[in-house]
Amino acid sequence: MTVRERLREKISAAFYRHGLLCASYPVPIILFTSASILACCYPLLRLPLPGTGPVEFTTRVRDYTVPSHEPQGDLGERPDWYRGPPVAYIQQVLVKAAVSPWDSTLVPVDVFRSPLGRVFSLLEEIRNHVHNDGSGVRSLEALCLQVTDLLPGLRRMQTVLPEHGCLLVSPGNYWQNQRELFDSDPDLLKTVHQHEPKGLHTSATLRDLLFGVPVKHTGVSLYSRKRVVTYTITMVLGSYDARFLSSLRARLRQLHPSVNCSLREDHMVHVHFKEEIGMAELIPLVTTYIILFAYIYFSTRKIDMVKSKWGLALAAVVTVLSSLLMSVGLCTLFGLTPTLNGGEIFPYLVVVIGLENVLVLTKSVVSTPVDLEVKLRIAQGLSNESWSIMKNMATELCIILIGYFTLVPAIQEFCLFAVVGLVSDFFLQMFFFTTVLSIDIRRMELADLNRRLPAEAGMPPPKPGPLRPREAPPPPRPSPYTITLQTPAFRNLRLPKRLRVVYFLARTRLAQRFIMVGTVIWIGILAYTDPAGLRTYLAAQVSEQSPLGEGGAGGLPPHLGVASVFPGPGGDPASTLSVLPAPAEPTPLPENQSQGHHGAPREGVPHQAQAPPLVPQISWGAEDEEGWRRLSFRHWPSLFSYYNITLAKRYISILPVIPVTLHLSPREAIETRHPQDTRHPPPPKHLAAREHPYLLIYKLSALGLAAGVLLVLLLFCLYRVLCPRNYGQNGVAHGRRRRGDLPCDDYGYSPPISEISPLLLRGHSMDIECLASDGMLLASCCLAGQIRVWDAQTGDCLTVIPKHGGCWEQRDGWDAVGVAEPENLGGGTEPGGRVFDEDEGYPLRRRTTPRPALFEDQPDLTPLIDTNFDSQPPSHLLLTPPRDGFDFGGLVERAYLEHEPPSPGLTASYPSPSPPSGPPPQRRRSLGYIQPPVPQGQGTPDWESAVWAMELRGNLIAAGRSSGKLELWDAVEGSLRCSNEDGVSGITALAFLNNRIVAARLDGSLDFFTVDINKPLGLLQYRGPPGRSNIPPSPCYSSEDVISCQLTRSVQCAHQKPITVLRAAAGRVVTGSQDHTVRVYRLEDSCCLFTLQGHSGGITAIYIDQTMVLASGGQDGAICLWDVLTGSRVSHVYGHRGDVTSLVCTTSCVISSGLDDLICIWDRSTGIKLYSIQQEVGCGASLGVISESLLVTGGQGCVSFWDLNFGDLLQTVYLGQSSDGQGVRQLVVLNNAAIVCDFGSELSLVYVPSVLEKLD
Amino acid sequence: MPRLEEHCWRRSCTSRVESKNYYRENWVASKAEEMMSIITSVLSNVYGSLHSVQTANLIRRGLVLFTVGVFLALVLNLLQVQRNVTLFPEEVMATLFSSAWWIPPCCGTAAAVVGLLYPCIDSHLGEPHKFKREWASVMRCIAVFVGINHASAKLDFANNVQLSLTLAALSLGLWWTFDRSRSGFGLGIGTAFLATVITQLLVYNGVYQYTYPDFLYVRSWLPCIFFSGGVTAGNIGRQLAMGGVEKLHND
Repeated sequence: MTVRERLREKISAAFYRHGLLCASYPVPIILFTSASILACCYPLLRLPLPGTGPVEFTTRVRDYTVPSHEPQGDLGERPDWYRGPPVAYIQQVLVKAAVSPWDSTLVPVDVFRSPLGRVFSLLEEIRNHVHNDGSGVRSLEALCLQVTDLLPGLRRMQTVLPEHGCLLVSPGNYWQNQRELFDSDPDLLKTVHQHEPKGLHTSATLRDLLFGVPVKHTGVSLYSRKRVVTYTITMVLGSYDARFLSSLRARLRQLHPSVNCSLREDHMVHVHFKEEIGMAELIPLVTTYIILFAYIYFSTRKIDMVKSKWGLALAAVVTVLSSLLMSVGLCTLFGLTPTLNGGEIFPYLVVVIGLENVLVLTKSVVSTPVDLEVKLRIAQGLSNESWSIMKNMATELCIILIGYFTLVPAIQEFCLFAVVGLVSDFFLQMFFFTTVLSIDIRRMELADLNRRLPAEAGMPPPKPGPLRPREAPPPPRPSPYTITLQTPAFRNLRLPKRLRVVYFLARTRLAQRFIMVGTVIWIGILAYTDPAGLRTYLAAQVSEQSPLGEGGAGGLPPHLGVASVFPGPGGDPASTLSVLPAPAEPTPLPENQSQGHHGAPREGVPHQAQAPPLVPQISWGAEDEEGWRRLSFRHWPSLFSYYNITLAKRYISILPVIPVTLHLSPREAIETRHPQDTRHPPPPKHLAAREHPYLLIYKLSALGLAAGVLLVLLLFCLYRVLCPRNYGQNGVAHGRRRRGDLPCDDYGYSPPISEISPLLLRGHSMDIECLASDGMLLASCCLAGQIRVWDAQTGDCLTVIPKHGGCWEQRDGWDAVGVAEPENLGGGTEPGGRVFDEDEGYPLRRRTTPRPALFEDQPDLTPLIDTNFDSQPPSHLLLTPPRDGFDFGGLVERAYLEHEPPSPGLTASYPSPSPPSGPPPQRRRSLGYIQPPVPQGQGTPDWESAVWAMELRGNLIAAGRSSGKLELWDAVEGSLRCSNEDGVSGITALAFLNNRIVAARLDGSLDFFTVDINKPLGLLQYRGPPGRSNIPPSPCYSSEDVISCQLTRSVQCAHQKPITVLRAAAGRVVTGSQDHTVRVYRLEDSCCLFTLQGHSGGITAIYIDQTMVLASGGQDGAICLWDVLTGSRVSHVYGHRGDVTSLVCTTSCVISSGLDDLICIWDRSTGIKLYSIQQEVGCGASLGVISESLLVTGGQGCVSFWDLNFGDLLQTVYLGQSSDGQGVRQLVVLNNAAIVCDFGSELSLVYVPSVLEKLD
Repeated sequence: MPRLEEHCWRRSCTSRVESKNYYRENWVASKAEEMMSIITSVLSNVYGSLHSVQTANLIRRGLVLFTVGVFLALVLNLLQVQRNVTLFPEEVMATLFSSAWWIPPCCGTAAAVVGLLYPCIDSHLGEPHKFKREWASVMRCIAVFVGINHASAKLDFANNVQLSLTLAALSLGLWWTFDRSRSGFGLGIGTAFLATVITQLLVYNGVYQYTYPDFLYVRSWLPCIFFSGGVTAGNIGRQLAMGGVEKLHND
């Protein structure tokens, strides 16, 4: 046990160190591994390539002896199959015959009828040739390969192929070697064609077999241009007799001399045939390969959680394959030649070696903690699995060793390969795959970092903006969010099927890959099998065209003579002597033949030889030397297989051909005509102009080029069709974005979000407590009780409603306006020119946004506002003392004149403010003492209690205080318009809808207020002198609209416990309380419609919108959807562990966030959770929906945008540098898609420009 | 003579799994057929009464197993065909599809029965098979099974004992590598025994014969092939049974 433990520990430690090593130096290790793979595979080069093509070996005819069975080590160049006698010797007599001179009286059939007719006499000659020397009489009968029956399946060939006798094939076999049948055959071509198999066939046909040359070259056709007929008489000899053969050769040459023939006759070629893989063997083979691929597929499918699944799968397969190759290479190196069929045992070897270890490694590594360093992750993963890997390997080795002792040679060999393969596989796993894995994991981490880049890229470089302090991008940090998606099925739910298919095609580039693979395979097959004979064709073309070939063919008669001197096997002078006279020796047998047949050629040959070259020119070229090469490589195996003789793993010897040239006179051709021959129509004259062969090649290549171009174009079109660049985008500008900077979802769709820059609104001294907005204005209240009103468009601070000394701050703002005003208006009336010089650096901000209707009757003075407090201090300090006497009245007057105020009678809107420019100079003068604004309204501001709730409508701010007081402030002027102190309990929540305000109090009561506006008569008088800025402002307020706020109804015990949430929309007020109930009131008559029960905890979040959707979330983590019209519960789901902190609905889904920092997205109709987003701790509360598909959430110092449909993080916008623990606690979505979030003591205004465009 | 030998080889191998229920004249075969049908009907009744979805699942599994069995029977037949006739594929294909057309369906049925029995027995014994339950392992198992057949067909052994021992070792190795369950072993042995007996009976009644019978009337390696075939079919069946459950969970 202890030994085992110790061993285990040691192995684990070793693997750990190894993992560190691999992850530290990936590139050198991969290089080293590749080098060792290549080195181990080097011996494989000596092995023959797998394939079924025959192999050749050439020996000289002269000293040929039948090779012995024993391998002879000394002859290195001999292939190992060259042992023992061959199956057969092939002796071909190549006949070229032509009718010459060609006569216009001849019909096309004459081209081949009489030349073919001569085959019978030649056959007679060959059959009857007898060679007689001292050792005995030899004839063809004795030497030839005797064959028996044809195979039973070949009955139809019985009439054509010889049976029970010599295997001697020639075109004469078509007519059973009988001249009479030939002569009486009316249509030779039909006879030839009737044996051809129908349809497409690849192996040798009967016509090839009998003619011995490819069909094209026979010239047996009506349209042959060369008018030369070529065929062979093939003798298959069982034993080799040099003397007989040479005498036959000499005899035939003597009879039919070929004058310009220079064929080499001194080499015989031995052709070794591999095993033919037939259908019956192919099917199991293919099956095993299919099983193998299924195995690999199922194995690699398990690779997960890595950057590139395909890359790792490829690496795994490469590992196994190269380990196999290494094992074969190593075995070959040590002298073990593989005798097994590699293709057959390969799948079994792969299965035995297996991909398991690789998968186990991957799984183990990816399951290590993500936050560790890559090196350590690899090392840990390795050492975790070290013991099982070693154990498995030991087991497998044992099993294989047991297999080795079965003492069956094949199994032993298999086992040997498997053992070496296992060891090399282990080596590769440890070095190659581990390193690849480390690279992959590193890439994945880099990708994680890159995912965060968009947020930083989205922030423009800091510009020297006076008003918008923009923060430098924070340093990259680990990703704040990890998103957990439940099932991919739901994520795709929204996409139509058609789009999904297209996306799938586009994403995987399936069509292109398929076509590419197909093309590569096809080209490979073409190059490998060469079915069209392109190679031989080109070779033939080249040799035909080369002048060397012509010269060689024409000018070597002396060589021919030399060759004929030693026709037989040299060395024995006696035999030479006996052979030499053989041609001259008048054989008795030819005399038996009809003289007429012999006479003609004998007379004709010299005649024709001296005749000037006529149209049918018989030439002997190098390609005739080994004419059998032009035949299919299955030619000989199929010929032998007809007699049930296999050539698999055996060889035949092909002897040099005997050339025979036949020239026939037109007279003879006419004599041998069949009566029906003349009926054939004359051949069409020159179907096409005889093309130069080069031209043909050019044409071919041009065609190929065109086809290639077409293919490329087609692929390109296909690509464009299937993968348009702009996936569902209509924006042209989308293309210019750098793809790498933007996050993309699975479908390559990158959301149209461009630069997002937050505007920081600063000014509050303490944390912001309440936020309210009506789209145009934004009111915020901090813990210090200060309320600031901001322009939601530009982020300018409009008003500050101070608690103590607020007027000073407010005046500061107006001061700034005063400074900037003259500059803006170009007013030279001001005496303080020195001041202008100082202030020139501050550009003014013009507002282009439409103002609320409230200001219609007033000049737009907002451009005069400059709230750039931060950059002003020096000038401010400088300016304050000497500015006492400044009068801005003229300036404002001009502004009013420019505005052309409408007739005062039309100014009916209730909050008509006084000219705001009046007071500042006044206050400036009264610098020394505090003069709080004394509102003449219904009360005095209560500065003592904190603001607990705030609402903003129009330009009225409703603030509920902890003292139970409700105040209404003018948002633009910062004046208190009215206050109500009917209640004493603190106002916890406020709702402001139309002219009603609903306040929820701490004691659970609900107060309904009505805001009434009474127009005072003094308004008209005030309107008259607008320029009187010197008048103190306080009486002006009193002459304005009188706004009164009356308590219309108070529901004392709306809830048993404090009301926590209050929402109003669509004429309904919904309250949620800690007493587990939700109540719905009608706003008009404050009537309680429903009490909704269903939660088992206090209500923490409520959502209601104009479409009467009501959702509530409670402390129990449950979310309920209600029907507001009937008060029934639509659905009820538990989504969070802990409180539901906020709830938002869109038309299709409900988004909730909880205390468990989880944001869940639910399907609204079914209540099924679509997916959830895990957030950082402590920042899950704030969220908002900008549009149907854009969700925004607050995080630690940042806001994140999510695509609701897919749950993808689109962008993260950092709000500031100081993001240490400052979470976004509140988030308000404005109408114009700006997001306001409170961020400590600052507010951030974030625009989403694309949504803006969309809304416009 | 070689022709006869070949014929017998084909017969022998194609009837590797229970090719029992097809010989009309044979009483035993008909009995076996009856039994098989009873078993299948009982099984299907049991499952059908449980749940209609389960029945559909069962039928689907059975179909898959049947297809696999037929396919393997065809392929392994071809594997056993002697080499020197391979030059005439048309003849081989003709004999394959004409003379012994009833063999692949038999093999398919047998594979379906065995493959359905395995998970059934597992659930009855209450020990679900957990060892290497994944498709990659199943594929490996099939590959090894084909390899065993390959070895029995193509390798030249010195004598029959050696051949049989080697194949027996290989079969045991297959079981140990991919199954390792007692029920699997028992069922495999049962399958092998039953199938061998049936083959013996068939040969005894003269349906066909072996040229070189060394184990009563049949070849001695036949039980090994049957055993590994049973284990393989069981492996597939188990994976199918589990795959269905897994898929349901995923959905």
